[in-house]
Amino acid sequence: MIRDAWLVLVKDLRLERRAKVGLAQVLPFAVLVLMLFAFALDPDRGVLERATPGLFWVAVLFSAVLTLQRSFGVEADDGVLEALRLSGMSPAGIYLGKVGALTLQLLVLECVLALGVAVFYGTVFRGIGLLVVIAVLATVGIAASGAVYGALAARLRSRDTLLPLLMLPLLAPVLISATRGFEIGLERQATEGWSWAALLGVFALAYLSLGTILFRPLLEDA
Amino acid sequence: MTTVTPSPRPSEAPTGPRGTGSRGTKVLGGAALVGLALTIVYGLFISPPDAQLGETIRIIYMHVPTVVVAYVSFIITAVSSAMYLWKRTEFWDLLGSSAAEIGVVFFAVTIVDGALWGKITWGVFWRWEPRLTTSAVLLLMYIGYLAVRAIPADTRTRATRSAVIGLVAVVNVPIVHKAVDWWRGLHQGRTVLSTIDPEMGGTQLFAMYASLATGLVVFAWLLIHRFRTAYLTERAADVGLDDAIAQRQAEGAEK
Repeated sequence: MIRDAWLVLVKDLRLERRAKVGLAQVLPFAVLVLMLFAFALDPDRGVLERATPGLFWVAVLFSAVLTLQRSFGVEADDGVLEALRLSGMSPAGIYLGKVGALTLQLLVLECVLALGVAVFYGTVFRGIGLLVVIAVLATVGIAASGAVYGALAARLRSRDTLLPLLMLPLLAPVLISATRGFEIGLERQATEGWSWAALLGVFALAYLSLGTILFRPLLEDA
Repeated sequence: MTTVTPSPRPSEAPTGPRGTGSRGTKVLGGAALVGLALTIVYGLFISPPDAQLGETIRIIYMHVPTVVVAYVSFIITAVSSAMYLWKRTEFWDLLGSSAAEIGVVFFAVTIVDGALWGKITWGVFWRWEPRLTTSAVLLLMYIGYLAVRAIPADTRTRATRSAVIGLVAVVNVPIVHKAVDWWRGLHQGRTVLSTIDPEMGGTQLFAMYASLATGLVVFAWLLIHRFRTAYLTERAADVGLDDAIAQRQAEGAEK
């Protein structure tokens, strides 16, 4: 299973390295969202500064939906899902590989976005430890739940409109927890922030286990 | 030349039941009507207004049954989803999706009557109050369930997709609840349900329990009918398919 996961992860990252859809389309989109927030909220009145953690994570969620569509789009378009199913790899391994590749891509995206808010919104990062833990746990949660719905919607013609409808309500607790965690992290009140990290951990763990179990029926029947 | 004995055209075959009612559901339906009448009479007229809340207490007689029915529906959907993935039978698929539809309707009603109560009590329709927020998020998740359900697909595919969403959504319920609770923890306001007076007595208490019992009876009645309708829809689809196959076979025989 671990080997299968590794194979899928490497395959996905190789695809990204060659096609550069994330780099050339999703990343610029994420930065664009940051700029749109600045246009919508007057940067001079401090609204932007106060809302930075939330805006950061909203930008991550939107970009995550795009990344997911891409990640499972490539599998569905040429019947690759069927080929994966016939390859004899364990469905749990395929799932974990997808989650791993998604997590890595999203983490890179978050690093760029962090740079973006530092430049555009003048955010000064303090409490790095908490911020990193929150970011990693939230990202694993997004990838773990997203891979389930991504696989579910992959073969549907309406997947582009369906995926956001399915994903975004599901990710509501991630948005809330990651935003509060970042608020606390940026203000250096690390004491309370760990309970948010714990909640994100529970979310990630719950969906990782559920996805590992559900990926077989999803791959076979959905 | 081989002669193909024409299979009886399924569309001409004896049709199934002409409705989804049975003696049991008629009794249930009758009980639901009596319960609704009692709830209206006691809830709106006989029970007195509350000492503190005044007339708004009457929204509770609507709110309690709708929210309870919605949660019961989603529990049934979750259990049915798990059972479907285990047993792979049509029964669990249809039960889960029927319950989800009813749950969405009742949840929507709950949110609307909660917002109306909010307008009177808080002066605004919406506050980011934990229970209201959790309900809204859950409603959106189950709307996603119905959206997937509405996409045409073969039975097994559709059932698997629905079951997966049913499970994914229900796991999120305690997490959403916790997150929203902590988020709004410091601003927790009075909610519709927290206004239930533990000392509530007499006709008020009767109106509330009558409304709750009525809600559950209405739910049972709706669920049975929805399930049967879903079952008949599946059979009708089968008949349509058999019909098409028979026609193709007949065409082949003519050549």
